[in-house]
Amino acid sequence: MMLDPTFFDSIARFITPLLLAALGGALCDRAAVFNIALEGMMLIGAFFGVVGSYYFGSWQAGLLFAVLSGFASGVVFSWFSIYRKGDDIVVSIGFNILALGLTVFLLRYLFNTRGQFDDPNIIGLPRISIPIISDIPYIGNLFANQSILFYLAIILVFLIQFLLFRHKYGLYLRAAGDNIMALRTAGLSPELIQSGAVIACGILCALAGAQLSISSVTLFAEGMSAGRGWIAVVIIMMCAGRPLLILPATVFFGLLDAIGFRIQAFGVPQQFTDSLPYVLAIFIMAIAIGRKRRKLNK
Amino acid sequence: MSDLLKKTNLVGVASAALLLSLILIIPASRDVAFGFWDGVVGGRNNFNLWTTLSRASIIIGMAMAALVAFRAGLINLGGEGQLVLGGLVAALVGIYVDLPPVLLAILALVSAMLAAGLWALLAGWLDRVVGMPLLVASLLLNYPANYFASYLVSHPLRDVMSGISQSHKIDKAARLPRFPGTILDYGIFIVIILVILIIWLERHSIFGYRLRMHGYSAKFAEVSGFPSGKIFYQALFISGAIAGLVGFLVVFGFSQRYIDGMLTVPLYAWTGIVAVLLAAITPWIVPITGLLFAILATGAGGMERVAGIPREASQIVQGVIILWLAATGKPLNSKGGQ
Repeated sequence: MMLDPTFFDSIARFITPLLLAALGGALCDRAAVFNIALEGMMLIGAFFGVVGSYYFGSWQAGLLFAVLSGFASGVVFSWFSIYRKGDDIVVSIGFNILALGLTVFLLRYLFNTRGQFDDPNIIGLPRISIPIISDIPYIGNLFANQSILFYLAIILVFLIQFLLFRHKYGLYLRAAGDNIMALRTAGLSPELIQSGAVIACGILCALAGAQLSISSVTLFAEGMSAGRGWIAVVIIMMCAGRPLLILPATVFFGLLDAIGFRIQAFGVPQQFTDSLPYVLAIFIMAIAIGRKRRKLNK
Repeated sequence: MSDLLKKTNLVGVASAALLLSLILIIPASRDVAFGFWDGVVGGRNNFNLWTTLSRASIIIGMAMAALVAFRAGLINLGGEGQLVLGGLVAALVGIYVDLPPVLLAILALVSAMLAAGLWALLAGWLDRVVGMPLLVASLLLNYPANYFASYLVSHPLRDVMSGISQSHKIDKAARLPRFPGTILDYGIFIVIILVILIIWLERHSIFGYRLRMHGYSAKFAEVSGFPSGKIFYQALFISGAIAGLVGFLVVFGFSQRYIDGMLTVPLYAWTGIVAVLLAAITPWIVPITGLLFAILATGAGGMERVAGIPREASQIVQGVIILWLAATGKPLNSKGGQ
């Protein structure tokens, strides 16, 4: 049956990485940094989440390693793109190739394995349930027994919305995107603010990666971000970097993933369900842009 | 030589060379250097040398595909999907169409180029008509193409007798012949012709002139009376068709069948892009940078066999080279042609 409780459970699992990555990318988008290295940043976070969790035998260490690696990703990206004025697209291409190579290299080097690494010593993130809501039939499963990162992602939607539009740092960030001269006149450094956005994005993407590698499964597989970073890029473009729009958009893609996962059971080949989000991303973005154009023409 | 140094991004080359030597020197063992050398040219009957040359021809072909688009200021990141579709269509034609061998090969070649070119045009259509940036549209189209090919070779087209996801072999008479006693096939001649053609096209033909004009300033091209849309679609189609040609070469030459992942796992399309950027989008330098990356890849394979250093080291080097290129020069103006 399509709509059994586990269906809602799987939606939450699919939403979390997309939401975290899209929120991070939205910060860059608002600061006029065209960061399309979300994919690589997720991969790095996924790998180092496993490294921390495996070597220290605790999920806290896994999360800490993921965050640190995300910080490093952000520093590297912003150094090349903001301080050395590299083209964002070229820097992103380089970063994505680097991330793919580095994670596979380290997978071989540290764990002496190819393809994927799983081990009982990798401790997964804790799961929590929201007491009363989780008792609601069906929908309640969205808030039952979910990874802590799911709740963090939901909170971050509202936090980032508030920061961006109701707080002075958000104002600085948007000024870095819209009006650099105004920032300079106010005596602030656009480079510093943009780097802050990129580093925050690196950390959020790394958390998205950690959700993939040390949450519902506890393993790292080569290229395990599998294009989710690109779906996040599409979501950001569709929503023009607005967190409150990003939430429903990710829920939609999460729903698609969950449906795809479910219809595999009916004999639909995995390759078709896997390509569903990309094909629909193209359609949905086409519709979104078409509407925007019609509005502009009026 | 000075011309070469001037045109190639000097710092890029220097850092590439530096990194290359670092990888060789840090473990400070002759084993590693030997492994690298052996990976590039060694093996029985210099087997690895022929592999290196085959790989170089694939990378150079993909680099040429990227070059045509980049020259016109079009960020076509869909090379991978176009390559996969080309290879897939070539395999389909090669296995299921009943024709005399030579005609079969020609039909496979043409249909591979057509399929890949149309796939690139679809990305262009999404950009021009629908308004989705080419960069994103072309990249997203990689995924359906990859999954579709993967589905076909792991289910309906699978050679069930073999243990892995791969198609049946192309009929022996229709394959590209190999140099006696080697794995290198005549496809390398096609790539050489392609390179010469592109060098001529880019620098000496009217079309190439318009291409560059569009790349430097699409507005200027438009005002000068060259419809931007026409050049846009022409460049994309040619770029895609070249990727399709490379797909045909791999299926009819190098591997003689379609194996799942054989075109995507070695990152041919991305390596091609790196080679073009390192060559500062200059056609006659691309064979040099393409060969460099082929050597890097097969050498890394050799280091892995001899010294146990994971071969992905070569991908790390590639990534770092692009980052340095981005930071030190202007290898690609992403706002060009828009």
